[in-house]
This record gives sequence, C-alpha cells and structure tokens, in this order.
Amino acid sequence: MKQRVPISLTVNGEIHELFIPPWQLLLDTLRDELGLTGAKRCCIEGQCGACTVLIDGKPINSCLYLTIEAQNQEIVTAEGLVEDGKPHPIQKAFVERGAVQCGFCTPGLVVATKALLDQNPNPTEDEIRIALSGHLCRCGAYVQITEAVMAAARETAQKEVGV
Amino acid sequence: MFPARFNYYRAESLPEVLDLLARHGSEGKILAGGQSVIPLMKLRLASPAVLIDINRVRELQAIAGDERGGLRIGALTRHHHMEIKKWPRSLALLMDAARDIGDPQVRNLGTVGGALAEVDPAGDWGPVMLSLGARVRAVSPKGERTLPIDELFVDAFTTCLAEDELLREVEIPPLSDGTGTAYLKMERKAGDFAIASAAVRVNRSPDGRCQDVGIGLGGVGLVPLRARGAEDLLRGSNLEEELIREAEESVRKECEPLADIRGSVEFKRQVVGVLFRRALKIALRRAQGEEVEAGHV
Repeated sequence: MKQRVPISLTVNGEIHELFIPPWQLLLDTLRDELGLTGAKRCCIEGQCGACTVLIDGKPINSCLYLTIEAQNQEIVTAEGLVEDGKPHPIQKAFVERGAVQCGFCTPGLVVATKALLDQNPNPTEDEIRIALSGHLCRCGAYVQITEAVMAAARETAQKEVGV
Repeated sequence: MFPARFNYYRAESLPEVLDLLARHGSEGKILAGGQSVIPLMKLRLASPAVLIDINRVRELQAIAGDERGGLRIGALTRHHHMEIKKWPRSLALLMDAARDIGDPQVRNLGTVGGALAEVDPAGDWGPVMLSLGARVRAVSPKGERTLPIDELFVDAFTTCLAEDELLREVEIPPLSDGTGTAYLKMERKAGDFAIASAAVRVNRSPDGRCQDVGIGLGGVGLVPLRARGAEDLLRGSNLEEELIREAEESVRKECEPLADIRGSVEFKRQVVGVLFRRALKIALRRAQGEEVEAGHV
C-alpha cells in the first residue's frame, strides 16, 4: 500500500506539488499541509458546511472529499477571495452587516456566496436561503447573513455598471 | 476521523473501470460522488482495500434520449445536474426529487447511480425510478445486462449487483401523452433524509380513465417499495375520490416502515398515505398541463 502519492493541487490559483496519503481528506491537506485554515474542521461529517470550499466553482464539503480527487481541479478557499490584501466585497458585506458573530461558519458561507453570485448575480431572498441551506450558523445570524448576501449582490452589480 | 488505508486507482474510461473491477472487485469499492462511501469509510463501517475512482469517466456522465423516446441517465450524473436540467413536464418529478436531496454541497458531488446503488431505505431516486418503471444497465468484465429497477434493491444498503459489476445507467421508458408525475417527501429539516416519500406517475386518457399508474414509496421499508396493490386499484378506474382513498389505505398497508428517530411506525404509515394522495393529485393536474409546485412538506 502506497503511503504517499504525488499530486498537483491548484489552490487559489497557486499550484502545489505535494506527497499525500491517498486517504487524506482535502480539508486536512488544506489546513495541515498548506496552512489554509479558512475551511473549518467542525462536524466532519458533511452536516454543517463549515469546511466548504469551491471545486471548479461549485461548493463542496472538503471533509467528504479526498485530496487525490482534486488533482487538476481548481480549488478556491475563503483566503482566495482576498485581492491585493483587501477583502472581497462579499467578505466586507459580511462584516458590515453583522453576519459574523463567532465567525466559525463564515469562511464556508463566504465561498458558497461567491458560487451563488457567480451563477446568479441578483438572487432573491428565497434563492439565497436555498443556496446556503447546507450551512449551520450556531450563533443564529441567518437574517444578517441573508442581508449580507443581498448587500454583496448590490455592491457587485454597482461595480459592474461602473457606479 | 479519516478512512482506513487503501490503494487508490483513478479510471479514465469505462474499459479501465472494468479492468480494475476484474482485478479488485472483491476487495474494492467504487468511488463516485463519495457522499455516502466516504462517511462510511471515515466511520470505519467500510474499509475497502482498494478504491476505484470513476469520477473522470466521461461515458458515465451523459443524459441522452434513446431511439424509442425514452431517456438514459448516466450513473455519474450529479444530483445538481438533475436539478438544473430542463425536463419535459411529464418528468417534473425528477426536479421535485433532485432539488431537495441533501444540500447544495451534497448535490454538487452525489450521483444518481451512486444513490441507487447505495439503497439507502430513505433515498429519493429509488421511489422515483420505481414509479417510472425504470431499468438499470449494469456492466462487468463478463458482459452487460439490463434489469428492472425493482430487482436492483435486495435489502437495505444491498443491491443484486455482483462484486465486479458497475451500475452504468438508468433507462427511463418513454412516457405516453397525458402523463403527469410528482414526488413529495416529508423531511425534518433541510438536507435531511425523508421521514417518508411518495412518487407517482399517472396517465389519464381523454375520457378520464386511468390508463397506467406507477407508485414508489421511500422511507417506509428496508428498500424503496412499489405499491402494486394501490396501482392495481387505480389502473383502469375513473379515479373516483372514493377509490383514491382506498388506494391511500392500500399504500399504508403495503408499506413496512420501521420506527426510528424520524418517527413511529404508525406516524410513517399515516404520512406516506397522505403524501401519496397529494402526489397523485399534483400529478393529475400536471397531466392536464398545469404548473404545480411540489417537493418537500
């Protein structure tokens, strides 16, 4: 049984050449090998959404995904939304709208919001709730989270028309 | 929490999958979406020595019409693709089912074939495919066979497939004009498995007679069930209200729910009867061209 296998992993636009055990979960590789601690180790059974990252633009639970499956796929974590050291409009909206209390669910929600707005730049409240239904916020900030997503959508739309 | 050690093989084509199955079928497991097999491996309820990753096999990913007007759904079709596909109105139940499976993260990875082959008693595609009278095509290094979906489900988490067989695709037979379908499930919260669910396919002739009907039930037995007694009551009838009530009672008698955290035997029997009746009503309205919302309760 091979203890470690070579893999090329593209995370937030950077290519990493790693040797990993085939049974290592993507969540563990991101956190323990690459030091990207945005994706959180929480329920570890695909219930809470705190470990959510994007694979080819789609949210997945990185605790239910083997690192080796991600070979040649584009992985984006919450860290990857930051541009030139500045928070992404989605991240800003979460802070400004009080959608962050303890913050543990936030990185997962932020990348899921990115995936939603890339697909649907102007979602309704219902569409937001459905898109984020795979995330638990134990502080119960769901109202503020929905507001933050709507604010981020408006901000992004304004940017695009150059207001 | 992480899986026990295994050897990993990534197949890039169907012949490669078959070759790997021939060599490792008895000690191996197929990795499709992984949304059930990885949790099982993490809990050490499954510890395969070999994992055969089929996620890159293109032949397994297509949804296509066949020459008879039916539909072939590749085993590796993600729930998400079932959710965003524009289905003909007669297949509206595929959308009903797809959009309430798990949560978006699960739907982005989980597959139709994987869910059927897992035979979770509360899974969604089982009752849906039973109601449609679907067939599954399985391949192995020795050849290929097609079997009615009813035969696939042997027991909870057990199919009739051999160790070296792969569920390749699901075939949905052509539906005649005037067919309506609906799928309804009751769940405790978003993303949970069904407490109970019912899928209905019904075809009504212009004079109002029920020409054909298919009824699949989920969460009320060790495997997805087909309510043949209720189907027999309705087939050929004029779908009178009294007869529908009789069919509802038949559904309750035919199912075999187990008491668990999602409810008692009595509760599930009650719920599945109501879900069946409501799904039938929605399917009938859809058959007449009406747009009706369905999904979870």
